[in-house]
Formats: sequence, structure tokens, C-alpha cells
Amino acid sequence: MKNFEEAARYHEEFIKGLWKENPVFVAVLGMCPALAVTNTAINGLAMGGATLFVLTFSSLLVSSFRRYIPKEVRITTFVIIIATFVTIVDFLLQAFLPAIHKELGAFVALIVVNCLILGRQEAFSFKNPIRLAMVDALGMALGFTFALFCLGAIREILGNGSLFGVSLFGPSFEPWIVMILPPGGFLSLGFLLLFFNWLKQRKEQKQSLVYLADTVAEVAEKNEGIIYLKRGV
Amino acid sequence: MIATLGIAGLFSGLALVAVFLFTRPIIEANQAEALRLAVFQVLPGSSSFQTLEFSNDKLALLSVEQENNAPKIKHPQIYAGYSKSGKLLGFAIPGEEAGFQDKIKAIFGYDPQRRMLIGFEVLDSKETPGLGDKIIKDKYFRTSLTSLEIDPKIVAVKPGQKTAANQVETITGATISSKTVIRLLDKTIRRWLPSINIYLAKQ
Amino acid sequence: MAADLLWIFISAMIINNFTLYYFLGLCPFFGVSDRISTALRMGMANVFVLLITAFCAWFLNTYVLSHAPYLRLISFIIVIASTVQFVEMAIKKMSPVLFKALGIFLPLITTNCAILGLALFATNKGYGLLEGLVYALGAGGGLTLALVIMAGIREESKLLEIPKVIEGTALNLIIAGILSMAFMGFAGLFSTS
Repeated sequence: MKNFEEAARYHEEFIKGLWKENPVFVAVLGMCPALAVTNTAINGLAMGGATLFVLTFSSLLVSSFRRYIPKEVRITTFVIIIATFVTIVDFLLQAFLPAIHKELGAFVALIVVNCLILGRQEAFSFKNPIRLAMVDALGMALGFTFALFCLGAIREILGNGSLFGVSLFGPSFEPWIVMILPPGGFLSLGFLLLFFNWLKQRKEQKQSLVYLADTVAEVAEKNEGIIYLKRGV
Repeated sequence: MIATLGIAGLFSGLALVAVFLFTRPIIEANQAEALRLAVFQVLPGSSSFQTLEFSNDKLALLSVEQENNAPKIKHPQIYAGYSKSGKLLGFAIPGEEAGFQDKIKAIFGYDPQRRMLIGFEVLDSKETPGLGDKIIKDKYFRTSLTSLEIDPKIVAVKPGQKTAANQVETITGATISSKTVIRLLDKTIRRWLPSINIYLAKQ
Repeated sequence: MAADLLWIFISAMIINNFTLYYFLGLCPFFGVSDRISTALRMGMANVFVLLITAFCAWFLNTYVLSHAPYLRLISFIIVIASTVQFVEMAIKKMSPVLFKALGIFLPLITTNCAILGLALFATNKGYGLLEGLVYALGAGGGLTLALVIMAGIREESKLLEIPKVIEGTALNLIIAGILSMAFMGFAGLFSTS
């Protein structure tokens, strides 16, 4: 990194994927895997990890060869690259983590139609140098993993009384089973988005109140003289 | 343009073949191990097994070269389990049946000498957690399937009403799932009995 | 055999609905479901593409992929993309009105996880040609059903005053969750006593 500006640029591209432009919470992309495999925290993490693998390597390749890929066939080339890495991660999981592969099932293969990955290639990796593209990919993938972990953790804690398989509340806890079933996926993400909207709304209200207060103070300052006159002082 | 796609396809193909060849032995070893564990679970006391395949209307031992060639059409298979001394303990038979949510896949052990089921394991189930999945977790249900006579028919009875050795009590709160398992056991064993008897007669 | 096929159809359509149980086809579900007429047309287009995909998947699995299983995903996705392209051209020629009505939705079917999902699920379950086609019909029917119900609810809710904090995707997800719970009631539909 040459200077402070460049470092700041890298930092910005990385951070945006984690929160401000979080693929699941803000852009609402890649919902199919996000909801399907988040019935436990570890499944959510595993899916996030697989997506991280595919996204970083795909971005690496697309960015490295961006000058040699003609614009007309770029989407097809992206898809070939992404599908290759998805197949690779599928085989690797099957060989080295067969239990997790059984849990995730066909959804590992469905990473290839996750709009997040194709979207990042089209919007960023194709137009930017390698290091920047990698940093963007890492940020987005980590943001995605974080979102999946949140969902998985909420659903597992409420629906099974455990986290990472470790029972948290003891045998007297009556688990809210629907949380680990499909409706739980929809409801968890729905209420999470609702919560984030509420936070955003509160922040905006506070900001507009501050603005309002400032304006009133300004007007009051300007009109101080008139008020004194009106009171007959 | 076409050249780009061609090169991309070529590299993709090479990468895939490499990873495939690298992971295939590991994946096959994993699957073989999982099968081994399942067979030994449902045929207690067994230490080795052989695969029997049903093709051309008869049950025959699958030779090693046949196993490695892996034909396109998969014929139904069962597994014969042997004790350390080489005695045939029974057959591990997989089966599947439509349950409450989706198909339930299970494997059970059959002892031909006593005409009894001696073991049971659920391989794959999408039943409701906490309710239907009691077929995996309910110890009483699982034990009741380990000394189950198959004659004249495996039947389901209400809890507390078991009077004969060919009856299985259903699970309260998981009636449909447990009835599915019982139906699976009866249907599958009836389907395999003729071929098994013919096979044993030839030994 | 007929009973098996019926189970495959009913199971794919309502018991294990592709959208409300397997979370497939969510992009159109949340994007296209604001009018019943659009939802119905999108659903029908999906059924058509699903049927072709089921056939191609069976063909590839039987004759090509047994020699090269590692090419499964790539070949499926290329077939799907080509099918959608071809269907788009065919509709454009045969019925320009329909083409205009579907508009941007057609290319979006390519990234619809339901299409690839169908091909993968049918492969995993080892379905033959007839079973695969019936599965595609059931899955497509289920997608259309979920889309139309969602569109109906959203059309009705346009007349309501919705708090801004829940408006948009959050509300749609919660509605989908309740729909999914409703569909859970179909489980056990096929069980004999």
C-alpha cells in the first residue's frame, strides 16, 4: 500500500460488505441459501465459508483476466468460473467434512445461482485491480457469513435451546420448534430486518430532531430582538 | 470471443478433473465407512459383510470387480453380515417409505434362522424435530424393533397394547412417523424374503 | 406406479412446496408478486422452463454425466441458461404480446434457484424421465401457487396503512413465514392409517 489514501480506499471497500451494504440485510441477495441452511449456527457458518471460498477465488480470477475477457461473453465466462469453484468446494466438503455436506445438501451447489457472487463480478471485479477486488470479495463474503451466523444462531437458540450443539438452557426449556422449521427462516429474517429498519428510523428521527432544534435555535437567535419588543420590554 | 470461452472451459475442465480424482478415493472411503457402521449397527456381533445385488431376477454376491465397475443402473442391494468366525448372522436391508414430511430411509437387520428383525437404524429422515423425529430418539421404540418376529406380519398397535412378538407399539405424538417405519419394515422384508430364501437354499 | 407419481406431484406442489419449504425461487417470489396477473404469468413461464430442465437433466444424467460426474453443475447451468434464452426467442416470435408482458422476468428465470434446484433434487432422488417430469409439474405448480397467493395478499394489503418501519421486504418475509406455517398443515396428507 503506497499511501494513506490507498489504505483508506481498501478499508472502505472491505468494510462496506460487512454492514452498510451487507448482502443479506441490505441488498437482500442470496436469500435461498441464507434461509435454507441456517437452522443451526454451524450450518450457517459452513455455508458462509463455502460462499467465501467461491467468491474470493472467482473474484481473483475475474479480476486477473479482466483485460482478456470480451464484454460480450463476460457473463458466460463468469458463470463458468463460478460453477467450477462451486463444484470444487462441493467435492472438498464431501471428502473432508461429510457430516456438514450432508446437512447442507444440494444448497452447496446452489451457491452458483447466488446473485451475490455473479453480482460482485459484474459490478466490481470486472472493473477493478486484483487487490481491490479481493478486498471487496472478502468484505462481502464475511458480511454474508456474519448474516448467516446471526440467523443460524437465533434459530438454533430459540428452536433448539442450543448453540453449536451445546445445550444452553437445560432440559426444562421448551424449544420453539417452528424456528428451526422453514417458517422460522422467513420469520427470523423478517423480524431482523424489521429491527434494523427500526434502528435506522430512530437514527433518522434523532438526526432530524437535532436539525429541528438547531433551526429553532437559529431562528430564535435572529428574532430575539423582535420577541423583546413584543413583550414590551 | 469463442476462444475465451474455449480456454475458460478448458481450464475449468482440467481443474475439475484434478479435484475430482483427488477427492474421489476419500469420498468413496467415507461412504464405505458409513455403510460399514450402519451394517454393524443393525447386525450386532458382525465384523465383516458382503454385498448382494438383485439383478436378473435373482440375488447374487457382488464380486469385487463388479463393485469397482459401478454400472449405470443401480440394482437393489442388501448386505450379508458375518461374525468373526465366518458364520452368517443375517442380512442388513435398506428400505424407504413416505412418512409425514418426506421419505424416511432406514436400514434393519434380519436374522433368517429365527425369522426376526434384530436391529434398526434411521438413515435419513425429514420428520418434524421434537415430534416425528422421536423415531430416532425414542429408546423404547428402537429397542422394540430389535427382537421383532416377522410372522405372520409386522403390525402396529397402540401404546400399551402389545401382546405378541410381531407387534410394535407406535409412539405417542409421532403416530404417523412410527407407523411409517413399521410399514417400511413389513413391506421391505416381504419384498426380499423370496429372493433371500432362494439364495440361502443354494448355499 | 401411479400412486408413486401422485405422491411425487402432491409432495412437490404442497407438502414440500419449493418456495415455502425449500426456499427456492425467492427472487421472483418477492420481486414479481405484487400483481396476480404478473405472478400467474411468471409461474407459467417457470413451469415451462422446469419441464424442459427436467427432461435435459434426465438426458444428461443418463447418457453423459455417468462418465463425468464432476461436470454435472456446469452442464446443468449452461443448459438452463440456453433453455431460457431459447424460450425467450421462441416467445418473442410466437407471441409478441406475451413477450412484452413478461418483459424482464424471462432472463431472471436463469438465476432462479428453483430451476437448478429441481435438476439437482431430481438427480439426488434418482428420478427417471416420467418421475422427473411429474416432479417438475408439481414443483412449478407449487411455485405458481405460492406466487399467486402472495400476490393476492399484497394486492389486498395495498389498501391498508402499513407502518413505515415494517414496509417492504420485512413485511413480505413475515407474510411468507405465516404462509409457510399454513402449508405445514399439509404434511401427513398422504399417510395411510
